[in-house]
Amino acid sequence: MSSALAPEEVERIARLARLSLSSDERDLFARQLTGILQYAEQLREVDTSGVAPTSHPLALTSPLREDEPRPSLPRADALRAAPDTDPAAGLFKVPRVLGA
Amino acid sequence: MTAPFRTAREIRDGVSSGTLSASQVCRDALDRISAENPSLNAFLHVDEQGALARAAEIDARHRDLGPLPLLGVPVAVKDNICTTAMPTTAASRILEGYRPPYDATVVERLNAAGAVIVGKTNCDEFAMGSSTENSAYGVTRNPWDRTRIPGGSSGGSAVAVAAGLVPLALGSDTGGSIRQPAALCGVTGLKPTYGRVPRYGLLAFASSLDQIGPIAGTVEDAAIALAVIAGHEPRDATSVAAPAPDLSTMENASLAGVRVGVPRALLAEGVEPEVLKAVESALDVLAAQGAVLHTIDLPHSRHGIAAYYLIATAEASSNLARYDGVRYGVRAAGAATVASMYEGTRGAGFGAEVKRRIMLGTYVLSAGYYDAYYLKAQQVRTLISRDYEAAFEQVDVIALPTSPTGAFPLGERTADPVLMYLADVFTVGANLAGVPAVTVPCGFTGGNLPVGLQLTARTMDEGTLLCAAAAYQRATDWHTRVPPRPSSS
Repeated sequence: MSSALAPEEVERIARLARLSLSSDERDLFARQLTGILQYAEQLREVDTSGVAPTSHPLALTSPLREDEPRPSLPRADALRAAPDTDPAAGLFKVPRVLGA
Repeated sequence: MTAPFRTAREIRDGVSSGTLSASQVCRDALDRISAENPSLNAFLHVDEQGALARAAEIDARHRDLGPLPLLGVPVAVKDNICTTAMPTTAASRILEGYRPPYDATVVERLNAAGAVIVGKTNCDEFAMGSSTENSAYGVTRNPWDRTRIPGGSSGGSAVAVAAGLVPLALGSDTGGSIRQPAALCGVTGLKPTYGRVPRYGLLAFASSLDQIGPIAGTVEDAAIALAVIAGHEPRDATSVAAPAPDLSTMENASLAGVRVGVPRALLAEGVEPEVLKAVESALDVLAAQGAVLHTIDLPHSRHGIAAYYLIATAEASSNLARYDGVRYGVRAAGAATVASMYEGTRGAGFGAEVKRRIMLGTYVLSAGYYDAYYLKAQQVRTLISRDYEAAFEQVDVIALPTSPTGAFPLGERTADPVLMYLADVFTVGANLAGVPAVTVPCGFTGGNLPVGLQLTARTMDEGTLLCAAAAYQRATDWHTRVPPRPSSS
């Protein structure tokens, strides 16, 4: 843990998160994320040896159901809110993925 | 004293018996919204025509509809809950104008219970915030002092009830987002047990913490709403098939013999003196009503905020990956590649706090940091949960302030994320442990700002929780106070 986040580190995280940041945002987040992580350092005081992590407050098991076909969201409804579609083909459209 | 607003129960009973017209109740609510919303900004969308049509239908058919629990009751729904009749934006630019293709389970259940959904309420963007200042559509103002925040993230829902625009609203609570704004606006707010209320159709923020619940003027109204929205839903894999809470005894419930735990060590610092004074008075009332006060210890709770913000942001960074400009929402124009389209869409569509949390969550999950931050926080979460379990072997409910301060001035904390996060210091524990908690009004600061008393109970024990809260409300009249009318100039 510890030490201030460098702007390059902030850029690396932004790339992982698919976020474009302005240079002002990059500098602001470098400072603020450093402050939040410093606050979180307090967890190091807690002895957690042998303590199991909690990922979920309930001891749930995955519910199972019969694998039977049933109606689901109609394709036209699923496409309706999208910014760019080809309704006739029933597809979402995006910019070039390969060879870009 | 000003007469309090009509409760959901009074409206339901009046409409059911034919002494009240659902249409008139609906028109009154819409009139108040028209008059007050320009200054309060509690609502982002109001479905005037849909609500009036629904109310007219109820008036025409109320005899056939039978004794529905929310018949003719105007209800507001937080804007991160899917509605087909109105946009659902979670107060984000990235979902501007978005119309979901389905209703959330809680919306279906409200409609089936006879409610009239009048509008969608403002909130912090994607429910991330403690002041409703992170909305892309402007701040919401506290009706007790319009220069102050209403709390958050369900600030619009709390204000809609506190200002008497509607008697009942739904919010969502990930780290205090129902309870803290309810407390700061002087109304009742319930975060049910994790898994009690289905989240199908709730825009996910942190999936191991999120829970939908009611904000109302009274504990009784909150209980009526809980009974409507709770219950197993196969479309939500985290929904629990548990028996409904027993609220049949609530009307006559007594505090006699109820063991109330007070974590004294947590009150020793960081609580405003006037908040502490109001909460101490509330504890005196509980004792006078026969409750037995015990000092208890929740030794790991002081690490709650740190653990919460690492876990919640980690989960958020994953959940918000879906907002990529492909299937819904607003896409940044002009990108030549899909990668630059994602980055541009998300960079332009998300506000500062959402970006900050996605960044933090991405960082704590990234290679080399996972064990030090995320895993450590999950282990501390286990210790916090064990503290609650140990306490509930000694006591039936735990009492704390809901918020360490009264409503703070707009803009006071926006530049300091850690200071803002500390507003949730008493509320995150219930989310981390998954237990139910309720806030009820228990007094005012010297500046006439509401103070909330928070009660917490065992997992799935909303019965004990709401009976204790209802008994407190029968012994006090804080919940009947209404904010000052704006001076008409």
